[in-house]
Amino acid sequence: MNSADVREAITRAHREEWARLVAFLTRRLGDLDIAEEAAAEAFATAVERWPVDGVPPNPGAWLTTTANRKAIDRLRRESKRGDKHKEAQLSYDDDPPGPADAIDDERLRLIFTCCHPALAMETRVALTLRMVAGLTVPEIARAFLVQESAMGRRITRAKDKIKTARIPYRVPPAEELPGRVSGVLAVLFLVFNEGYLATGPGTDPVRHDLTAEAIRLTRLIRALMPEDGEVAGLLALMLLTEARRTARVSGGELVPLGEQDRGAWDAALIAEGHRLVRERLASGQAPGRYQILAAINAVHTSARDVRCTDWSQVVALYDQLLRLDPSPIVALNRAIAVAELDGPEVALAVVDRLGGKLAGYHAYHATRADLLRRLGRSHESRAAYDEAIELAGNTAETAYLTRRRDQLG
Amino acid sequence: MQYLVSVIFDKDKDGLATPEEAAAIDVFNDRLMAEGHWVFAGGLGMPGSATVIDNRGGEAMFTDGPFLESKEFIAGFWIIEAVDLDVALKLAAEGSKACNRRVEVRPFL
Repeated sequence: MNSADVREAITRAHREEWARLVAFLTRRLGDLDIAEEAAAEAFATAVERWPVDGVPPNPGAWLTTTANRKAIDRLRRESKRGDKHKEAQLSYDDDPPGPADAIDDERLRLIFTCCHPALAMETRVALTLRMVAGLTVPEIARAFLVQESAMGRRITRAKDKIKTARIPYRVPPAEELPGRVSGVLAVLFLVFNEGYLATGPGTDPVRHDLTAEAIRLTRLIRALMPEDGEVAGLLALMLLTEARRTARVSGGELVPLGEQDRGAWDAALIAEGHRLVRERLASGQAPGRYQILAAINAVHTSARDVRCTDWSQVVALYDQLLRLDPSPIVALNRAIAVAELDGPEVALAVVDRLGGKLAGYHAYHATRADLLRRLGRSHESRAAYDEAIELAGNTAETAYLTRRRDQLG
Repeated sequence: MQYLVSVIFDKDKDGLATPEEAAAIDVFNDRLMAEGHWVFAGGLGMPGSATVIDNRGGEAMFTDGPFLESKEFIAGFWIIEAVDLDVALKLAAEGSKACNRRVEVRPFL
């Protein structure tokens, strides 16, 4: 086995085994911090040993044994130093840790603990990326444009709080599950969106590492909770969005949906997304927010050409979404579809009514700018583009808006 | 595991507990006792009734008033017994409803 194969084996083991390892050790030791450290040490040992000794026949078992030994070493060192390690700091339910299928439950426990509502949203995101996705602290810090030391402190504080306040290490009981699942999905959607429309002048406009990680974790939740409609909805939404990734940016500039090269869309991801949307429609259950958003994306990705888009269907879905979530941002997106169905003048009247609530939102100004441009009101359009450019944080979007503004007569 | 549930009093908004609030607090306290969560609870006098004592220098110094002048202060508290934070949060949510104020949950070490 050459060194590239060994590197590949380590990368694959990290992708497949990290969350299991942290989850297993947390449950066994009752301490998230020791579990994380021991898992990291086990992988560091693999990087050292595997090129010399060869990749073990069962990498997962090798990593578990190694991590276990590292954890026991640390506990011994601490007890020698006199640091009293309190047995089983975390509280958990008492189902016996079983073989294969129970391991999935272990990972689920880990996800619910990292996404606990007593933790701040940004902390949940960071902790999930570290403990479940296995990203390093510097990687997470880069993804959210904060100092490495600040991100390290945020994660350490979160682990301390989980331990000191005794945030339970378990899957919530059935009556709390819907609320808690939606909390987990909100974390994953945030990770995806940050990847999809990355902010900050120094970053790539699309952070594929983040979108890929969010999809991977959502697939994991989906495998663990196949009956949950919103989990399926979020996965479909991510897949149908990710499918357009390469067509969405060209030459550092954002390409709007209507101008994208539809041949460059990823047909396999679209097929999978459509399958999920059909499955939810067939369930006959009332859809939640992610399922409706996925359905809207399914309509867009079903059209071979933007002119074939079924806009009345899109508007109807936005109406449905507005009943669930009457937010001005949903109303703005609905207005964009209304412009295609009833013309820019009707849409502009709707958009103008949202100005009070969305004055600080770049997409509000970008939408107005576009509608005013289509109505030939160049002067007002230019002012709206200026506002949008001022507020937009994504480099590709800024480039697109600037070109559009400069093309105005 | 024990948690301190502090009741947050906001000078700009709150007055003393109304009779309805006091009755709801009694019902909540009875439940805490019946279900084995009760450790202790009490209401506190206004911050103006506080005295700060500093005996680090060998001679006790008394200062009139609270150690922190703040718009928000602790009006009372519960100490509850709960198996984990989820149970404590659920109880604290009911406590907040009963006393009709915001509360803060903090674990004892």
